[in-house]
Amino acid sequence: MRVKPIENLGFRSLVILEHFGRIAQFGLRIVVCLLLPPYRIRRLLADVYDAGVLSLPVVCLSGAVVGGTLSLLGYTTLVRFGAEEALGALVGLAVIRELGPVLTALLVTGRAGSAIAAEIATMVTTEQLDGLRMMSIDPVDFVVSPKGFAMLIVMPLLVALFIVFALAGGYGIAVGLLGVDGGSFMSSMEGSVKFWDDVSGCFSKAITFGMITGLIATYRGYISEPTAAGVSAATTGTVVIGSVSILIFDFFLNGFWGV
Amino acid sequence: MQRSPFRDLIVGLFVLCGLASIGYLSFKVGGLYYTGPSGFKLVATFDEVGDLKVRSAVVIAGVKVGEVESIQLDDMLRARCVLDIDPNLDLDVETSAAIMTAGLLGEKFVALEPGGADELLHSGDEISRTVSAISIENLIGKFVNDTGLDKK
Repeated sequence: MRVKPIENLGFRSLVILEHFGRIAQFGLRIVVCLLLPPYRIRRLLADVYDAGVLSLPVVCLSGAVVGGTLSLLGYTTLVRFGAEEALGALVGLAVIRELGPVLTALLVTGRAGSAIAAEIATMVTTEQLDGLRMMSIDPVDFVVSPKGFAMLIVMPLLVALFIVFALAGGYGIAVGLLGVDGGSFMSSMEGSVKFWDDVSGCFSKAITFGMITGLIATYRGYISEPTAAGVSAATTGTVVIGSVSILIFDFFLNGFWGV
Repeated sequence: MQRSPFRDLIVGLFVLCGLASIGYLSFKVGGLYYTGPSGFKLVATFDEVGDLKVRSAVVIAGVKVGEVESIQLDDMLRARCVLDIDPNLDLDVETSAAIMTAGLLGEKFVALEPGGADELLHSGDEISRTVSAISIENLIGKFVNDTGLDKK
């Protein structure tokens, strides 16, 4: 039949819409579980360790390298105009406004988001979540909500650390390798970065990305098929959908609110 | 869930480092700081501030001693700048303030030059002698005017 492709399109659109609805419901359930006792502080701590502390090496290293790269690239352009002093402003603004939150969110999605999705999906596959339900423990309360909330806590902290390392890396390359004056690097950076414009926007981005990653990783793990292929699909799906959502949200945050 | 002191310690350290970084970015880099009543303020009024901005540096002999806290238009339609500077400096009443540029296109900053009077400035005092920012457009305009290039 000729209408079959259109039918398929309609069906697929409905499936996607259904996912949006379910994610919203799921997020609401997590919030309710977090607000009502019992508060699972020790589980939250363990998840902060998994998502945050274990992401530290990759985040700090990437930060330092990104800062150094920006310094090298910016210097070759700025030195033509004799404006090497503006290097601090360039590195500071680029890292704080855009690269810090976005790159950290992408790294954490790949490193911790996929781990969360894989863990929950494995629990689905091995029927551990059903086991919890049998003991009348809500798996969303016990397993999912601490992981999602840990992501929300961890993201701003990791973004801040990434930026500090990027600034240090940029400073090290600029001052140590390129011979820019350290004082003017810092003063041009401090002079051009404003709290209410740049730093506050940076952290509102970090919090948004933390919510997105936490929600998508837990949701994708929770709805995975109870098979080995289901686990791998959940992991891949988290990284792909998570990364794309972060970039899309970044665009809208920049465009609509000038964050 | 078991208590595990080592992991808890690491998590605690991680959170502390993260908060310290947020603090550093907000207060040091972002310039969000609380100036208590101890802040030493001087007022300087200029005819023209160019692109001097809030948080631009205030220097004496090339050394940064403070920042521009606010720039507003006063009743006489001149730019009234409040400078927040190091309270430990003994500036006398003949101190002058000039707006200078770092390099040809660099940032504007306020340079203070101490005078030789015995009487000292107190917080909230006004610096009487000021030199405005040099605007390249005005200079070119003056040059064109003086040489008569604008007339045929």
